[in-house]
Amino acid sequence: MSTLTIQDTIQGLLAAAPDNFSSSRLKGKENLEAQGLPALKAEEYKFTPITKKLESSILSFSPALPITVTPEMVQSAIFEGFQGDVLVFSNGKYLPELSSKIEGVEVDFISAKENTALGSIAKPEKDAFAALNLASFQDGIFISVPKKSQIEKPILLLSFCQANEGQVIQPRVWIESGDFAEATFMDMTVSLGEQSYFVNKVVEIKGGINSQINYYRIQNEGKNAIEVSNIETDILKDARFTSVNLSLSGDMVRNNLSLNLLGSNSEGNMYGIYMLNGKTHVDNHTNVDHTIPHAESNELYKGILADQSRGVFNGKIFVRQDAQKTNAFQQNNNILLSEDAIVNTKPQLEIWADDVKCSHGCTVGQLDEEALFYLQARGIDKVSAKGLLLYAFAGEVLEKIEDESFRDYAIGLIQERLGSKF
Amino acid sequence: MLSIKNLHASVEGTPILRGINLEVKAGEVHAIMGPNGSGKSTLASVLAGREEYEVTEGEVIFKGKELLEMAPEDRAREGVFLAFQYPVEIPGVSSTNFLRTALNQVREYRGQEPLDAVKFLSLMKEKMALVEIDQKLLSRSLNEGFSGGEKKRNEIFQMAMLEPTLSILDETDSGLDIDALRIVSNGVNKLKSDQTATIVVTHYQRLLDYIVPDYVHVLYKGRIVKSGTKELALELEEKGYDWIKEEVDSATV
Repeated sequence: MSTLTIQDTIQGLLAAAPDNFSSSRLKGKENLEAQGLPALKAEEYKFTPITKKLESSILSFSPALPITVTPEMVQSAIFEGFQGDVLVFSNGKYLPELSSKIEGVEVDFISAKENTALGSIAKPEKDAFAALNLASFQDGIFISVPKKSQIEKPILLLSFCQANEGQVIQPRVWIESGDFAEATFMDMTVSLGEQSYFVNKVVEIKGGINSQINYYRIQNEGKNAIEVSNIETDILKDARFTSVNLSLSGDMVRNNLSLNLLGSNSEGNMYGIYMLNGKTHVDNHTNVDHTIPHAESNELYKGILADQSRGVFNGKIFVRQDAQKTNAFQQNNNILLSEDAIVNTKPQLEIWADDVKCSHGCTVGQLDEEALFYLQARGIDKVSAKGLLLYAFAGEVLEKIEDESFRDYAIGLIQERLGSKF
Repeated sequence: MLSIKNLHASVEGTPILRGINLEVKAGEVHAIMGPNGSGKSTLASVLAGREEYEVTEGEVIFKGKELLEMAPEDRAREGVFLAFQYPVEIPGVSSTNFLRTALNQVREYRGQEPLDAVKFLSLMKEKMALVEIDQKLLSRSLNEGFSGGEKKRNEIFQMAMLEPTLSILDETDSGLDIDALRIVSNGVNKLKSDQTATIVVTHYQRLLDYIVPDYVHVLYKGRIVKSGTKELALELEEKGYDWIKEEVDSATV
């Protein structure tokens, strides 16, 4: 056994970093060194002992090499009804030969775009893992949607992940859109093998004026997958950004989602479902920063927790002094299906303006026994009755997904889980 | 059809039913009356299979089978229907989806083919007319935002859809205005046949003007203390329950 701490072993990742983006990487490294990885009781990671988890599960703090991905693997991973373009990744590395050529969208390796202001949106000073990624990512993808272009077909970011001795995968995604552009992104991961691996992902999204961007994501990974993601977006004047995040499995998952409302009449939406069983631990930390007047944010996360699973929700709404006439709504509801399941939910509102409309609410409860009996008394078996009730509970989030094929896929995954396990 | 013998049931250790005996034959309507807290609704709930009631003694035979051994859904599939005193609001579950799931599970149990969407909708239309329920209500979530009367009407509508052999109406009349009462009773009467039976649990005689019982039973302290015909209900309406209480209490002292 090594006596090195995780802080030391991270030196391996830093040493393996390519020598591009040197000033960004240096900033990442400095911030990482200043903060260190979150300590056991660190406020921001209070319920999610991620550092400890990494220490016990990740054997080699080195970048996982790309694995072989075949066109057949890509084909079988794409869900039924999907009509769009696919960008394929192997352990975080973009594979252009397996990816679609997307009409009207510029796609390239990040390494080919050295002028990209990496770390300007997902700032390394805010989170140690964002800093780690910035300092030591291998390569990533650059996606640019030009001004006024409506990309009607969704773009699926399809990642294949596998590590043979618990290595680290650091995907990095940069998405920028011009003014009035519209696009929908989908983010899915296929876990191969049973080995633990650590995904430390950063997605930076810069939307133009009056742009409309959707980011839908399904986390249905191997039961030994550990993941931290930092997804952050700048939303300009009259623009709208919507995130829908569906977490179904994994070992320990931490999602940091941050929306910066930077222009008036901008709108940011964050919707999510975490439906967990076994020992899966999913922590959604969301953050919306209202910096200007007349912007709106909506948030709805729903949790269904069985077995010994654990869910964490922390929703921060920050309304700055100038952000008058803000509308900010937040809700988090949870159903615990077992005595051993745990949920920690915390709304966190900081409001410095005095003319705003903000609301928040969180609930933790059990399945409504009276409703269950009512359905059974009409001849519906208990499993189906529970399924109907839980599906209805989750439905409010699912209906926020605008893309029909993705919505159907998400519904299918949830119904499959309801029919078998719950 | 239904034979209840010496039924005892308690909730959280407190005995509520203390030896109910009741025989119900096909084609009959039985009214169960009694003062508040006498165990009327408990009896209805125990028959439907509500979990918080523990049966401590006795048996219930329904169409030759041990009813108390069955899960609530199987009782429903066998033909027992409980019209709830307080129908539950279930947001997010559409009335149509719910009913179709229920009906097809019941049909499957009874060895019938599931109904396709077209047949299901035409059956719904037919039964909706029976209880004069509006299509608009059924396009909403189950009972969500329904008025009291609408909820009760929806219960009878569900009963019409599921075609039970034994219907138990638990205070279906409470809170209804006279028009709604007439509509609900009308629906129940149209669904009656010589193959089916109805148990009407009620606090008020008024309902029995519309759904005319063959027998009236008075429940008090968890037992049936008096049985008679519909005239007994009228007598209770006039004299209240005190005379029965006195009769029973003095006899047991």
